Amino acid sequence: MSAFSAIGEQREAEEDEFTPGIEPQPTWCPGCGDFAVNNALKKAMSNLGKNPDEVLLCTGIGCSGKLNSYFESYGFHTIHGRSLPVARAAKLANPGVEVVAAGGDGDGYGIGGNHFMHTARENHDMTYIVFNNEIFGLTKGQTSPTSPKGHKSKTQPHGSAKAPVRPLSLSLASGASYVARTAAVNPNQAAEIIAEAVEHDGFAHIDFLTQCPTWNKDARQYVPYTDVQDSDDYDFDVTDRREAGDMMHEVEEKLWEGEVLTGRFYKSDRPSYGEEKRATGEMPDEPLAERYYDDDAEWERCAEQLIDKHT
Amino acid sequence: MTDQELIWRIAGGSGDGIDSNSRNFAKALMRSGLDVFTHRHYPSRIRGGHTYVEVRATPDEAESRGDGYNFLLALGDSFARNPQEDAYYGNEELKPLSENLDELREGGIIVYDSGLVEEEQVEQLDLEARAEENDWHVYPVDLRSIAKEHGREIMRNNAGIGVTAALLDMDLSYYEEIMDENWGEEIRDANIAAIRDAYEQAQEFEHTHDLQMPDHEEPDTQQALVSGSDAIAYGALDAGCRFIAGYPMTPWTDVFTIMSQNLHKFGGISEQVEDEIAAAALALGASHAGVKAMSGSSGGGFALMSEPLGLAEMTETPVVLIEAMRAGPSTGMPTKPEQGDLEHVLYTSQGDSARVVLAPGNQEECYEQIRIAFELAYDYQIPAILVYDQKLQGELRNVDVDFFDREPNADPGSVITEEEIEEAAEHHAGKFKRFQYEAENGKDNVSPRSVPGQKGGRFLATGNEHNEAGHISEDPANRVLQMNRRLDKLDSIREELDAEGTQTYHGPDDAEYGVMAWGSHQDTVFEAVDRLNENGHSVKAIGVSDLMPYPVEEVSAFLESVEECLVVEMNATAQFRGLTQKEIGRFGPKLSSLLKYNGNPFEPAEIVEGFESSINGEDLASNDMKYVPAAGD
Repeated sequence: MSAFSAIGEQREAEEDEFTPGIEPQPTWCPGCGDFAVNNALKKAMSNLGKNPDEVLLCTGIGCSGKLNSYFESYGFHTIHGRSLPVARAAKLANPGVEVVAAGGDGDGYGIGGNHFMHTARENHDMTYIVFNNEIFGLTKGQTSPTSPKGHKSKTQPHGSAKAPVRPLSLSLASGASYVARTAAVNPNQAAEIIAEAVEHDGFAHIDFLTQCPTWNKDARQYVPYTDVQDSDDYDFDVTDRREAGDMMHEVEEKLWEGEVLTGRFYKSDRPSYGEEKRATGEMPDEPLAERYYDDDAEWERCAEQLIDKHT
Repeated sequence: MTDQELIWRIAGGSGDGIDSNSRNFAKALMRSGLDVFTHRHYPSRIRGGHTYVEVRATPDEAESRGDGYNFLLALGDSFARNPQEDAYYGNEELKPLSENLDELREGGIIVYDSGLVEEEQVEQLDLEARAEENDWHVYPVDLRSIAKEHGREIMRNNAGIGVTAALLDMDLSYYEEIMDENWGEEIRDANIAAIRDAYEQAQEFEHTHDLQMPDHEEPDTQQALVSGSDAIAYGALDAGCRFIAGYPMTPWTDVFTIMSQNLHKFGGISEQVEDEIAAAALALGASHAGVKAMSGSSGGGFALMSEPLGLAEMTETPVVLIEAMRAGPSTGMPTKPEQGDLEHVLYTSQGDSARVVLAPGNQEECYEQIRIAFELAYDYQIPAILVYDQKLQGELRNVDVDFFDREPNADPGSVITEEEIEEAAEHHAGKFKRFQYEAENGKDNVSPRSVPGQKGGRFLATGNEHNEAGHISEDPANRVLQMNRRLDKLDSIREELDAEGTQTYHGPDDAEYGVMAWGSHQDTVFEAVDRLNENGHSVKAIGVSDLMPYPVEEVSAFLESVEECLVVEMNATAQFRGLTQKEIGRFGPKLSSLLKYNGNPFEPAEIVEGFESSINGEDLASNDMKYVPAAGD
């Protein structure tokens, strides 16, 4: 019998199961886009019938990192930029756990950019939600990696000379097998996309546009938005890498021009990292974590076996 | 130094097969019944550059590299970059013969490959006169031709073994047996032919030397030739470690490699990742999910682990990290040993440190202490660090095979079961309290943890200060209680370590003087202490392994019992002496330091010299070492 009975249990879930019983007062400002991520995540998880005890949510630092406090599950509120390496190891250690990582645009595309690239490249079976508000909020309004060129802030008094990061293109080039963008003002689409991402076998990246009403007043509230899948103006094949790449490029440019395009942009069925690694024989078929809590598990005398070649 | 010892140095360029050849040679001598100990010296290059390995072999215990050497097999550097003597790196081709020649003992033997090193160059060394003066015995042999005749030029090293065997009257059967085990028929036969050819040629020489292979008898118990890295990796596996994440960096790479090559055989996972921040973070993630996990690096890479290390302290996530020191600062000298990272390992990361730091003194201690590190980390939910250096990492030594006849211990420590969670949950109104001030099921400030997937056990681990349920909290009363609880775990750990007896003592109890060491040169110090006592001094030594928590009582008792104490360490600022004074707060006037940081580990004779100079108030003979008198002196 598994020591982890919350995993894979068939059940009906209630949305409020993912709301902490004694919910701390959210520290987010009124009107913050982060509320929408939390609501969409709760909705997606309950729609999928997940048990809060089988979900591990790993977050970075910033307002987005507080998500853990308002979402009921196992949580690991890590350090700035490092949610991904913590999250992907937990998945390798126990593939039964539903692993979600989340953080801001500075966290994911700036300080944690290296991890973003490599986690996407390796295609770990997990979901990564980036709260993209194009600003550093919690530290009071500095220019972020996704702030538009010319963005003025206390740290860029004459306007940023840098072109912003292209999150979707970067994700595609790095190797993510599911790439989508949604926005806080679009709760139904957001919940659907998160549910799809969770169900996807591989690295699913969601660039989630979250308005910052306090420090990014100049920025759009990401309305009106267009869902590219629902629009007749856009026709591309999300499974075609080239078409997806062209579309992402356009979507990123449009956002800088003030037009919000959301939806699914890429989906591929390339095998997840766990699958690839098991195929090399360097990852056990049974969840590694299970062995430690199974009284019948056998533990070899390793040194005794290995010392022979030293004699 | 006894008459009955061989210190055989094989010198060449990186790529000349020095490593594998010397390993086989050491193994052959070990099988023949001698105690062996190797010392590796190599540059940070793939090909070329002066490289040597010394194999010390004695019928007595070989506790260190010994002093100097008495047999030089100089292959010459076949990958020499620049034959011009005035080149920046000097004459590389000749270096294996010319470097450290002064350290060759009186009566020593020199064999060099006259097929590679040109006669004109040798003449420049004034070898004849120096040989006369020092009673050296020089045998030029065209190893290159012998090697080429039987196969490839790389076989020069084995031709050198043949010459060695002829000159020392060595039984070649042990060596040939090893070649038989390692290689396919064709390569084996070619090499054995080269060895025997060289052997016969060298037997024809007029032998003017007295040096012979030390007396030996087949050992009573089977021996294994192991490095510190082997011992650490095998200890980790027996401790139930099944997850490692890392990024290559010398000298830590060895442990990472050994683990990666073996973990999958035991159902484990190894991950080579994008950087050391990720490596440490992965180890935390795996541990959080219930697996016994480790990571590690060397100086610069370990610096990147600072923040995840602090996260482990704050979230009380068990993890084992290892730090293989090399000479710093910055990139420093990548392939040279030093103990300059002590303070780095103790204090890196923001806030007050709450971690375990252990420094093993030899191969057996590497195995034992990595196991202790895992036990403490997982019982106490604390990061445990094993700190060692390039010396212990790569040096080989024979250890009783029986030593490794151990039961594994895969216990994940203070993890609660689902049944216990259920009971606890009732008590705590449906909320599992992960960070209780006083846990009912915990001991000594440890609050049992749950693991993702366990029903009812969900909690938040956060690097922010948090309350008993894991929620972020800046409440002053909670802050103090949580800080105290995390830090007080160290007191219980200190008690456990004291009971474990991780400190090592050497020499007569009632000795007048003391010597303190930590880490890789502990046994070199012990050898020096034996000689000092033979020289009429009254000296004992302590090898300290526990660096955090510090063994205050044990070290105090030791220092109490001696008049003065010399603290021997491989760094420039006496970091361990500073730690001792900080932790104990007295004995300052008793503690002087002998320091070495030139990239070469101590030889026992140097410690003898350092000790004698210090008590006689004399200056040291060279700049290789530094003496720092006691505070107030």
